[in-house]
Amino acid sequence: MTSLYFLTLAILVAAAFFLGRQRAQSLITGGAPSLHSLPSYHGMLPMSAVLVAMLLTYVIGTNVVAKYAESSALAMLGAETVADPLKRSAGLRDIQNIATGKHSGEASAMLKDAAQQFASSSALGNWMVYGLGSLLALIGMGYFISRISPVYRARNIFEKLILVIMGICATVAILTTIGIVFSVLFETYRFFFDPALKGRPTVSQFLFGTEWNPQAALRADQGDIKTAFGFVPLLTGTLLITTIAIIVAGPLGLFSAIYLAEYASPRFRAIAKPILEVLAGIPTVVLGFFAALTVAPLIRGWGEQYGLDVASESALAAGLVMGMMIIPFISSLSDDVINSVPQSLRDGAYALGATKSETIKNVILPAALPGIVSAFMLAISRAIGETMIVVMAAGLAANLTANPLEAVTTITVQIKTILVGDQEFDSAKTLAAFALGFVLFVVTLILNVIALQVVRRYREQYD
Amino acid sequence: MTDIAGTDAPAFRLDMTSDAAKRRIRKRYAAEARFKSYGLVALGVTTLFVAALVFDIIRNGLPAFTQHSLTMDVAVPADFVPADKRTDPVAIRSADYFPVTRDALKAAIPGIESRQGERTLTRVLSSGAADELRDRLAADPSLIGRTVKVPLLLSDDADLYFKAPSTPIVKRGGVGTATPSGTTGEITILTSSNDFAAEVVSIKQAAKAKADTLAIEAARLSTFGGQSLAPRIAEINAEIAELRARVDSPKVEEVLDGKLPSKLVEINGGLVKLTKITDISVAGEVLLPLTSAAEAKPGDWRVVTYTTPESNRKVSDLEIGFLERLREKGFVENRFNTRFFTAGDSREPELAGIRGALIGSLLTLFVTLALCVPIGVLAAVYLEEFAPKNRLTDIIEVNINNLAAVPSIVFGLLGLAVFLNFFNFPRSAPLVGGLVLALLVLPTIIIAARAALKAVPPSIKEAALGVGASHQQAVFHHVLPLAMPGIMTGTIIGMAHALGETAPLLMIGMVAFIVDVPGALTDAATVLPVQIYLWSDLPEQAFKLKTAGAIMVLLGFLFLMNGAAIYLRKKFERRW
Repeated sequence: MTSLYFLTLAILVAAAFFLGRQRAQSLITGGAPSLHSLPSYHGMLPMSAVLVAMLLTYVIGTNVVAKYAESSALAMLGAETVADPLKRSAGLRDIQNIATGKHSGEASAMLKDAAQQFASSSALGNWMVYGLGSLLALIGMGYFISRISPVYRARNIFEKLILVIMGICATVAILTTIGIVFSVLFETYRFFFDPALKGRPTVSQFLFGTEWNPQAALRADQGDIKTAFGFVPLLTGTLLITTIAIIVAGPLGLFSAIYLAEYASPRFRAIAKPILEVLAGIPTVVLGFFAALTVAPLIRGWGEQYGLDVASESALAAGLVMGMMIIPFISSLSDDVINSVPQSLRDGAYALGATKSETIKNVILPAALPGIVSAFMLAISRAIGETMIVVMAAGLAANLTANPLEAVTTITVQIKTILVGDQEFDSAKTLAAFALGFVLFVVTLILNVIALQVVRRYREQYD
Repeated sequence: MTDIAGTDAPAFRLDMTSDAAKRRIRKRYAAEARFKSYGLVALGVTTLFVAALVFDIIRNGLPAFTQHSLTMDVAVPADFVPADKRTDPVAIRSADYFPVTRDALKAAIPGIESRQGERTLTRVLSSGAADELRDRLAADPSLIGRTVKVPLLLSDDADLYFKAPSTPIVKRGGVGTATPSGTTGEITILTSSNDFAAEVVSIKQAAKAKADTLAIEAARLSTFGGQSLAPRIAEINAEIAELRARVDSPKVEEVLDGKLPSKLVEINGGLVKLTKITDISVAGEVLLPLTSAAEAKPGDWRVVTYTTPESNRKVSDLEIGFLERLREKGFVENRFNTRFFTAGDSREPELAGIRGALIGSLLTLFVTLALCVPIGVLAAVYLEEFAPKNRLTDIIEVNINNLAAVPSIVFGLLGLAVFLNFFNFPRSAPLVGGLVLALLVLPTIIIAARAALKAVPPSIKEAALGVGASHQQAVFHHVLPLAMPGIMTGTIIGMAHALGETAPLLMIGMVAFIVDVPGALTDAATVLPVQIYLWSDLPEQAFKLKTAGAIMVLLGFLFLMNGAAIYLRKKFERRW
């Protein structure tokens, strides 16, 4: 059915284009171009009419047909099945399996009838979709071909259509943001305020609680399972790892950037820059593997030599490797910023007799400070939102500690831990992950907006 | 210099020659050199880290590309498959191959009678050992009833033993003539010289060394104090006392256990694991049976030491005996591990491959590419060329920049809530993964495409407009083709980013254990980075190597993609 539909689509598209173009070409008489639009535009217009009509019909039609076939088949299984969501989905699965011949075991007569109903109604519906789509396509094609005349402004209409399509593409980014905000916000709202939700915390319990212990009630009668959604240990864990990362990456990234921008010869730059780019391009899952299986045991071994008790999933290991991850961010952004400081400032400092390092320390860095600060903010936002390194190298237990040798957990680790595997959308545990995601989104968004704003203003200052 | 004549102002002399000035200059230059070196050190540390990472991955990953197997003659009995189904590939494939491979192994190492010995021997082979034999028989049923020379896959532990032996093995020729008391079971061996005196000493030395390390450990633990450690410390102290007593006792008889290095005797084609040692005689258990109980001349028998204590390694003395014997007989072969690239995931490390993950990655990237190139390019063209300057387009601009910096896991939440929960798309499917990744890399592609469009000089467009092209004709026929190399470079970099992305795919369920290679966009699948994450979580040492091997493949692809991007940039970059 689907292949037939798209075969018809392809044939009609080609036919529309060539018919339209030929018709337009036949209007050209005596050699002089007397058409307003080129013949191919006269072909493209009916072609797009066919495309739009058939694709829209398909998308809407098949969904409607599927819904109708499902409900008509389920109705045969009795009202009880329709009302109970669990039985409903089980019945639906059975019906679909029988209809596609994948069902194993003997099916009851009722199920077989329902599957029969499902198959026949969906077949009927699909044929209707096919007929309707082809009909609409032919109407559209006929309309635009019949309008062809030397004065018909086919190009303008076609270009307007393209403009609309481009506008829709441009709004996809906005739709993504809206999608993120709404999906996260909606579940977060339910987490805090849905009266039907068991074990939900209040906002202040969430923000100021010091215990994190999400548990899902497995059965309905397990009403009073001990849960705690205190956000503080996750926050401190995230901040601890981020702080370690910045302590590592800040000096390394900044000094690399200064050296590359001010001291390095073009040849040295040509070698050193790709190394930083390689580091930036390494997937975080690889860095996580390195952190968990090489760096963490190394740190543990060193700690043992000095009589320190280092957790095998210490915050230090995760923080160190995360620091390495964000070095390229800091160095490349700072490099850009330092390069855009006007040469006249440097020349002025040299003229006063300053050495290169004095110029950098007293003139260039103060001038570039806003940009460098925003580079750090973007790097912090990266570190907070980074998932794989901490999932693989940091712990799961929510410890409230500032000791980098102990295991801590982070916001992203908890989101991942809660949501991987089966989840139901009506338990506080699952919704807690969305609340964490909301916090993560808001925090990183604020950091990004401020940083990008600073960079923008800074560029304007020197341009 | 000189004073300026005729002024009463205090004389200013540029002091460059006094010692104080020279010191100042030296200090400033030293500060300059120091500051410069900070930069070099920072770059050096970063380079070192990248080098350590790459080296560590390659060191771990290279062994994953080879696999040891036993190439030996396997006798396939004629009644292996019922006579009427001799040519039926399905029947041949579903036959039980375990007895066949077991018999081949028993023929290679004869004389293993005990149940435990036999079980240990068959554990040397993988559960998929007969896969190649099965393929050959199915392809050529006439082999049934004959002897086939075929590689049998070793288990992961045996494979690892050959890749990185878990213990050093020291062999020393016997000095006296040794006489075993039997050929199987518990036997004693007498020697004409006091051959084993040195062994007794070395055992006592090993015991002393162990006691010393334990003492350090106990001291370390007791510095922490705390109740929870007390029993452990007591335990260690008891062990130390026991070991020390053993070292100090003048007895010349030593009893061996798994906590000290293993001592064995190779004699008359057999292997005896020693349990009791005195100067001139030893008692032990026969691991590999002796051919005879005859005397062995000096030099014809050897004392073998497995230095790592048995309790500290994964392969037992018996297994080492088997494996070393198989190696001596020339059965062991190390070959390129094609299975790594042709098999799906498995719970057995030696059977697991990355094919499923590779295909999953391919399908996912296909969806991503198909969505985000047209949408990204059209959006970029619109914003760069056609969009009216108003609040809405301003918001879109800011929004795209911010979206590029949103944590990837948040896109996973979006996919979970919208695509899976709201639209009821199938879980774990490349379709959904591709959708999520498309949204994730779309901002990158739009930003790159806009930069490429901006780099095309306006004169091109103006010339097109001047000869009568419409705005869209000018853009699509002239500006866009010139911007295409830049757009492609941005697209490839975006795709490389998508290929390495893991976190959002975990959210939409692409972490399931999936054996089958996916065939369609809606099949359950996993992708390469997720496979890496899954394997890295498994406890088996062999999976650690597999993980590093998979990482090498992933990095290889990323390297190729980035190389292609750099090549395109170099080849088509134009300065106007």
